[in-house]
Amino acid sequence: MWTLSGRALAPWAAGAARLLPPYSRLVAVLEPGATCTPFSTAELKEKPDMSRFPVEDIRNFSIIAHVDHGKSTLADRLLELTGTIDKTKKNKQVLDKLQVERERGITVKAQTATLFYNFEGKQYLLNLIDTPGHVDFSYEVSRSLSACQGVLLVVDANEGIQAQTVANFFLAFEAQLSVIPVINKIDLKNADPERVEKQIEKVFDIPSEECIKISAKLGTNVESVLQAVIERIPPPKVCRENPLRALVFDSTFDQYRGVIANIALLDGMVSKGDKIVSAHTKKTYEVNEVGVLNPNEQPTHKLYAGQVGFLIAGMKDVTEAQIGDTLYLHNHPVEPLPGFKSAKPMVFAGVYPIDQSEYNNLKSAIEKLTLNDSSVTVHRDSSLALGAGWRLGFLGLLHMEVFNQRLEQEYNASVILTTPTVPYKAVLSSAKLIKEYKEKEITIINPAQFPDKSKVAEYLEPVVVGTVVTPTEYTGKIMALCQARRAIQKNMIFIDENRVMLKYLFPLNEIVVDFYDSLKSLSSGYASFDYEDAGYQTAELIKMDILLNGNIVEELVTVVHREKAYTVGKTICERLKDSLPRQLFEIAIQAAIGSKVIARETVKAYRKNVLAKCYGGDITRKMKLLKRQAEGKKKLRKIGNIEIPKDAFIKVLKTQPNK
Amino acid sequence: MASSRVRIGRWVAAARAAQRRPRADSLGQPRSPESASTRAALYVHWPYCEKRCSYCNFNKYIPRGVEEGAMRNCLVTEARTLLRLSGVQRVESVFFGGGTPSLASPHTVAAVLEAVAQETLLPADSEVTLEANPTSAPGSRLAAFGAAGVNRLSIGLQSLDDTELQLLGRTHSAGDGLQTLAEARRLFPGRVSVDLMLGLPAQKVEAWLRQLQRLLYHCDDHLSLYQLTLERGTSLFAQVQQGTLPAPDPDLAAEMYQEGRTVLRDAGFRQYEVSNFARNGALSTHNRTYWQCGQYLGIGPGAHGRFVSQGAGGHTREARIQTLEPDNWMKEVMLFGHGTRKCVPLSKLEVLEEVLAMGLRTDVGVTHQHWQQFEPQLTLWDVFGGSREVEELRAQGLLLLDHRGLRCSWEGLAVLDSLLMILLPQLQEAWQHRTPSPVSGG
Repeated sequence: MWTLSGRALAPWAAGAARLLPPYSRLVAVLEPGATCTPFSTAELKEKPDMSRFPVEDIRNFSIIAHVDHGKSTLADRLLELTGTIDKTKKNKQVLDKLQVERERGITVKAQTATLFYNFEGKQYLLNLIDTPGHVDFSYEVSRSLSACQGVLLVVDANEGIQAQTVANFFLAFEAQLSVIPVINKIDLKNADPERVEKQIEKVFDIPSEECIKISAKLGTNVESVLQAVIERIPPPKVCRENPLRALVFDSTFDQYRGVIANIALLDGMVSKGDKIVSAHTKKTYEVNEVGVLNPNEQPTHKLYAGQVGFLIAGMKDVTEAQIGDTLYLHNHPVEPLPGFKSAKPMVFAGVYPIDQSEYNNLKSAIEKLTLNDSSVTVHRDSSLALGAGWRLGFLGLLHMEVFNQRLEQEYNASVILTTPTVPYKAVLSSAKLIKEYKEKEITIINPAQFPDKSKVAEYLEPVVVGTVVTPTEYTGKIMALCQARRAIQKNMIFIDENRVMLKYLFPLNEIVVDFYDSLKSLSSGYASFDYEDAGYQTAELIKMDILLNGNIVEELVTVVHREKAYTVGKTICERLKDSLPRQLFEIAIQAAIGSKVIARETVKAYRKNVLAKCYGGDITRKMKLLKRQAEGKKKLRKIGNIEIPKDAFIKVLKTQPNK
Repeated sequence: MASSRVRIGRWVAAARAAQRRPRADSLGQPRSPESASTRAALYVHWPYCEKRCSYCNFNKYIPRGVEEGAMRNCLVTEARTLLRLSGVQRVESVFFGGGTPSLASPHTVAAVLEAVAQETLLPADSEVTLEANPTSAPGSRLAAFGAAGVNRLSIGLQSLDDTELQLLGRTHSAGDGLQTLAEARRLFPGRVSVDLMLGLPAQKVEAWLRQLQRLLYHCDDHLSLYQLTLERGTSLFAQVQQGTLPAPDPDLAAEMYQEGRTVLRDAGFRQYEVSNFARNGALSTHNRTYWQCGQYLGIGPGAHGRFVSQGAGGHTREARIQTLEPDNWMKEVMLFGHGTRKCVPLSKLEVLEEVLAMGLRTDVGVTHQHWQQFEPQLTLWDVFGGSREVEELRAQGLLLLDHRGLRCSWEGLAVLDSLLMILLPQLQEAWQHRTPSPVSGG
């Protein structure tokens, strides 16, 4: 009997193994037989028939929330409840596949999962499009929202509405999506769902009775969320009979299969063997594979209008699957969908290999990573001191950190990152320069290329509108912080008796480095922040050099506002002093504007650096230590004869709360 | 048993007589290279302590009760096995370290020495040092160790300030320390060393210098000044991490070191190594073996050794470490005759790196003759003569390279680890680019 059932299981197991992608890291999904699916064994073997799901049985939705309000936990529960994944304790942030996402508890990359759900005797196809939570990734949010008809707006029952809740709500609102407010974490001791209901009513004008109160952690009331998705979110307005019109809303790169495009079908259907055309590039491809994401790719025969899934069609480069692009059938051109605004980099930093011999490895690592993160802009750059490298544009500081962490973790590359800067502009007055640049207004992304005042009519800096939500007791401190950051207050709204929402116009460079940390520390972590682009304003900018024993450190050249030069210069000098190891001679650290030194620190020479003794002849340990240090020294950057560990740069460049 | 006592007794008497002979200051003098592989120093590790010191992360155990008989037998067995394996014919120094070896019985010390004397030549003038802790070594015990064959004492005095001794977790007071020192000098005149630590948390330069002055008044001809190293896993490290103790100030420690070595120089002491000072030629020959990359055997739990296993037909110098944990070590010794846990052959380059790093710790540095014993083809000039970075160190007055050899200046010795960051890569590079010698096959 036992043998028999084992045999009987074998083909299914083999079939499942074939269907699942080779790189899957999701143990729960990989276990054959453990997964409860709405399809029969035969159907899985044969690929599911997606024609069973007419448009009216399809719902496409997204979960949006402030960081840590429980978006990923709710997603885990929805996946379990619909049998998409097995119910085990291991299901933590199932959709957060990247190591960096799990470590930091954030979602960086949007993920999609198709859920099959029986409700009132009918099987529905629910497409959950997971979105990132952080301000830096709001472009990902809007990208995901365009494939949806509704959202679950998750708000923590304890923390209430936060800055990102507001930002995310308005993204959904502007996209005219149905918003289902979900108040999560009602199991917490300090939960106050009634207060949050009132906030939602006040800020978003949604009647409190529409709020669903749940505990995603315990699974309380999660079933009613699924019911609300079916009842309150409309099916997509599409037509299966029209020719194919598919929106590319995301893409990933797989080194074996090429580009995997995530698509939402607005009209028609698509299947293997179809010839499709990209409206953007006009290139024609043959479809190799289509399927749904559950959450790994599961091939299907076809995808039909209203459905969301993946498509592989021999595209070699993610630029061939531009986000927002429209795909249609060869010889059946359609009106392309309105394209997305491509993500605009807000923070730039130089990236260099620690050793030039690692240039090619780093190059290929950056290429691979940008294949999956097209929001990073890449320009080749070089510096006398650091050799060949790149100037990369990121959506924000977290985005930069995450990118760097992924380079290190996933590609084992270590890099030098230069001070993050924002894209300044200069209106040129010098005819010669205008001729050289072929335009009057230039964008400066590298501080080393900052044109001199004598050749410039005015400098411009990018500004953003920042939203701060905070308990009222911190209002005074936060207003002082904003003022110190040259921000101008726009308005102030009490969202309930304890909470206030402040809007400020900030120069972007004042918030990219350490604003968020300062805000968090002075509000004991209670204030939240989000921002959106607000164009440019004129600014009095100057270039500041950092010198070590008289030699300029190129990677520390900084463009600052005149008012901030001294503070910034002093801080950089102090941080360098704390992080530069002593050497056999004294080091003078100076911040200078032109030839004028505005701040100085000194690192004293080593007076003693020798191990006192080797216990009982344990030379091995001592030699290992010495050789490891000597080996490490080879990788150090040298400015003059001063050796600078990578750490020193990082400590200077890294976000640190204000002292 | 009776006959062995007679034999060791005879060796002790001869050793006593030999001590009275004037000592030769032989540090840095080359010995005939052909006999280098037949000579060795012996380190004996006694792994037990009464109490854990707050700064020590060395291999030691606080036992409920020590089966000393078993331990003794194992030390004797391992000494015999390794001496045979090494093919060493002459043992020139024995060092009983720990742990707290003065907690062992003099009989154990005698048994090990007896085994050495049976296996090899243990000349009467061999240096036999015992590390002694003031509280575990009253005068009568010290005399018994002397009768067992010990002829030199190294006293872990560490400080003359009772508060500091408490901070260090020592069981003795400053008074205990001085008393032990006086008794030791009476029993082993001219053969007593004391340790003094510097750079403790909250320690002041002037107060420490007063301790040193006071110690100078009481001490014998050998002194070691050790800067505290905060080792991970010690209670002192944890207290500094938690902020209950201030971190030791490296600038103050550097000042103590500079002032201290000046005071000692003025008092007629020669700083013959980074942390070691001697007058009247009372240099330790055992430690010299480490610095000169001579052969040494390590026996006892966690002991380290460096020797060629000639007895087994070997030609390569090997780095050995014995099993750390005493009970496991004993089991292995009883099963296999020794408790060697790890044995790594050292490449020629690795040996040269050690010659350099260890030799430069001494005031004579690495002489040309000394270097030549290890590397006859590539001279010190070949390796370091053409380097711009080495030239800079010489110009800064930190390093000397001349007809005598390579050595640190007075200032250079204090920053040796920084110098090695330049010298070691230079050696590695020169070694890679050397023209391979036509004859040498290994």
